[in-house]
Amino acid sequence: MNPVQQYSTKLISEGRRLDGRKFDQYRDIVIEKGLVGPADGSARVRFGNCEVIAGVKLSVGTPFPDTPDKGALMIEVEFLPLSSQEYESGPPSIDSIEVSRVVDKCIRESECINMKDLCIEEGEKVWILSIDIVPINSDGDLFDISSLATLIALENTRFPALKNGVVDYKAESTKNKFSLLQKPILVTVYKIGNEFLVDITADEKKLVDARLGVTVLEDESICALQKGGDVALSSEDIDKMLSLALNKAKELRERL
Amino acid sequence: MSREDGRANNHLREITAKVGIIKNAKGSAFFKIGKTAAYAAVYGPRELHPKFLQNPKTGVLRCYYSMMPFSGVGERIRPGPNRRAKEISLVTEKALLPVVDLSDYPNAVVDVFIEVPQADAGTRCAGICAAAMALADAGLRMKDIPVSIACGLVNGEVVADLTYNEEASEGAVDLPICILPRTGEITLLQMDGKISKEKLMEAIELGKKVSHDLAQNLRNALLEKYIDLDNNHNKEDTK
Repeated sequence: MNPVQQYSTKLISEGRRLDGRKFDQYRDIVIEKGLVGPADGSARVRFGNCEVIAGVKLSVGTPFPDTPDKGALMIEVEFLPLSSQEYESGPPSIDSIEVSRVVDKCIRESECINMKDLCIEEGEKVWILSIDIVPINSDGDLFDISSLATLIALENTRFPALKNGVVDYKAESTKNKFSLLQKPILVTVYKIGNEFLVDITADEKKLVDARLGVTVLEDESICALQKGGDVALSSEDIDKMLSLALNKAKELRERL
Repeated sequence: MSREDGRANNHLREITAKVGIIKNAKGSAFFKIGKTAAYAAVYGPRELHPKFLQNPKTGVLRCYYSMMPFSGVGERIRPGPNRRAKEISLVTEKALLPVVDLSDYPNAVVDVFIEVPQADAGTRCAGICAAAMALADAGLRMKDIPVSIACGLVNGEVVADLTYNEEASEGAVDLPICILPRTGEITLLQMDGKISKEKLMEAIELGKKVSHDLAQNLRNALLEKYIDLDNNHNKEDTK
């Protein structure tokens, strides 16, 4: 443990955080929409110093044989070495795969996209929705920020124009959007010692005993969970973490 | 014949240059020219592994160029290095190496990561401009601030800073070039298309001509960061 982490541990046991935030307080959130021209939808989100860009690309492909009238969804988070000294070039790390999978579940399980809206010609042609999330400066965990960026990028996604059944990249994109039926909010709650925190920084991340990622829907039901970290959780812990996640999701939703 | 965006042949697209935007990095920069943008981050000097790559006489410079999956006008680009990205990484490294002095850091490595969030031609040049600022921001010893721009031939005329449409037009010649403004030396030179020797030299001369303005943009961005710091400092003093 480095001195910052030691001091942080001491502060947390006293009910404080290094940057002066409350345990249940997110860093300042800045949201920008649609800044990447070539993408069909995009968003940049900042939580304090942590910054990610999400970009959406729509392409035409064949549907899976078991879902001939549904499009396909693909979400990938790539830990760019540009964004942190801890990330290395090469094949995706297990941590980046977990973030991708958790964000994927947040979107997929919420059923916020009607996959039938992505059907062009049943059994023949469907839209393939590819969402890529890249950190520019990584500070803390990328679960919550990536899912928020994905949601906002999806909100401003427009279908590209089609010509003879393929995407016409030379034409301007259409004004057609697909309807988002739901706004899933992912809140990850972290347990450090006996305390519960949200939106941890890179230094706090080293102190985490366990975490629980909770995806909350508009009616306050929960559609996805992911437990992480090396330490076990009791039912009481989970109860407290769910309550905190529900509260924070409501607060984040109001700020969207 | 005039250009589709109405620019004169020697005019560059609108430029945005910022320094120090990636807090985790030792040095960083953002460079945007028209609709082409690039981020660059410098990490190190840090220990180089595996050890056999180390050079006991000097630090090693490594560059990684990559396009974000959603950055291109066409289809999604699969993440991870492809042959094009690897080649651009290599020529970027060679473009920057002559100005960076890493002799104070034997056995160490300085990594430069370049990421392109959106592309409208000239991404390797934008990447080199961003990387040059990031290296300077990292406080490394440099002989000059290299600048890079694509010149070429569009409709038979020598022009600077081609857009994607210009580059894709019939008979177009694309000539990315990296120039050391102080000496006029050239550290990156590539070309594709068909061109006479005379026109080629004309294009290189045009590149040299516009390099001074471009260099001023990069220098201003670097100065701005430190002027900002200065102002904040003064404010705190008066409190």
